[in-house]
Amino acid sequence: MKQTTPQEDFLRGIWRENPVLIQMLGLCPTLAVTNTVANGIAMAAATFFVLLGSSFLVSLVKRLVPNEVRISSYILIIATFVTIADLSLEAIVPEIHKALGAFIPLIVVNCIILGRQEAFSANTSVGRSVLDAIGTGIGFTIALLMMSGVREILGMGTFLGFSIMGPHYEPWVIMILPPGGFLTLGFWLLGIAWYQQRKARKSAAQKGATVAVAERAA
Amino acid sequence: MTDAAQAAAPAVPEVKEVPAWRLLATLGVGGAIAGLLLVVVYQATLPAIEAYKAKKLREAIHEVLKGPARHETLYLVGGKLTAELPDGADPKQLERIYLGFDANKRPVGFAIAAGEAGFQDVIELIFGYDPASRKLLGMKVLESKETPGLGSKIESDAHFIGQFDGVVGPVKGVKKGRGTGADNEVDMITGATISSSAVIRIINDALKTWTPYIEAYRARSDG
Repeated sequence: MKQTTPQEDFLRGIWRENPVLIQMLGLCPTLAVTNTVANGIAMAAATFFVLLGSSFLVSLVKRLVPNEVRISSYILIIATFVTIADLSLEAIVPEIHKALGAFIPLIVVNCIILGRQEAFSANTSVGRSVLDAIGTGIGFTIALLMMSGVREILGMGTFLGFSIMGPHYEPWVIMILPPGGFLTLGFWLLGIAWYQQRKARKSAAQKGATVAVAERAA
Repeated sequence: MTDAAQAAAPAVPEVKEVPAWRLLATLGVGGAIAGLLLVVVYQATLPAIEAYKAKKLREAIHEVLKGPARHETLYLVGGKLTAELPDGADPKQLERIYLGFDANKRPVGFAIAAGEAGFQDVIELIFGYDPASRKLLGMKVLESKETPGLGSKIESDAHFIGQFDGVVGPVKGVKKGRGTGADNEVDMITGATISSSAVIRIINDALKTWTPYIEAYRARSDG
């Protein structure tokens, strides 16, 4: 594996390898619970907790777990954290727990979490795994906010329940329904791909210019 | 072999045979620890979760019976409604409704909780019913996972919910503006026909189930 600095471990997941927008992982919760910003935040927080706990524990016990049963062990660890999160949310913030419904238990099968364990925490030190988990968690949170912000504003005319578009706004109900999730994600991905392409073209053009200048100087 | 050749040679992973008992032990011990941990968390969070549910139910009963002075729980035991539990009966196993009283200790109506399938999942609701006038007193959705923005209006649409105050049961759902003005009609929510009719169906089915018991109970307590 390529050597990385701790700083890179932390920053990687936030944007350059954003779990949702670049790696296309965890699309189920991204599409399903981003109809309002409050749901998106609660989902991101629960996933963050599970990711952090699992990365820490998987990295801690990596030498004790035989290779043959590693996936089962990861799932066991993840499922335990998810159940703790589920029960705690129900006891502490029952209203939000109610809004997220079945999607909290479904964090168990979120491939961002299992993916980070298998690809990173299973063969990295505890500190680096925790940094990686925090970065990836922030990346997931950003993606969910980008999705739920657009969907709630267009679909209900509100942001976090506060009216944004005024009383005469006719909400695009489709945006908070499942098709709205696909549309929003599609447009975000289109925008990001366009931005990346433009950046690549620019840097290529710059390189070409530098070479030309160097040749002339020679 | 040169250094470069050595570096280029593919690293053959060392195959180590792990005995089966170690695999079993790893998962067994892991599972036991996880199980133990979950029991602890479950026990720790249970009081808060139960208290919240009981509080929600109390508030709902209070709301659909329009603020009774007090209410008592009537259990269905051997086909009869009774406030007193027989010896050894587990109240959690028994079906129940709630009877509200006003400040003069006169009964104001029954609160009945019921649930059936809606558009997405089971809709749980509670409604108040006055058997003397056969009128509903109010309706509140306790739990639903209906489509946000459409079906979820059964919980939030003030006009829809308000209609269940004073409507005669069994209720009949009509499209908005198509009603004949009869006292048992309720306008359904545009765009949420399935969820609205589920609410009406749940109420009617519950009335069908409970009315005989309620009438028998009233006959007994009057006499």
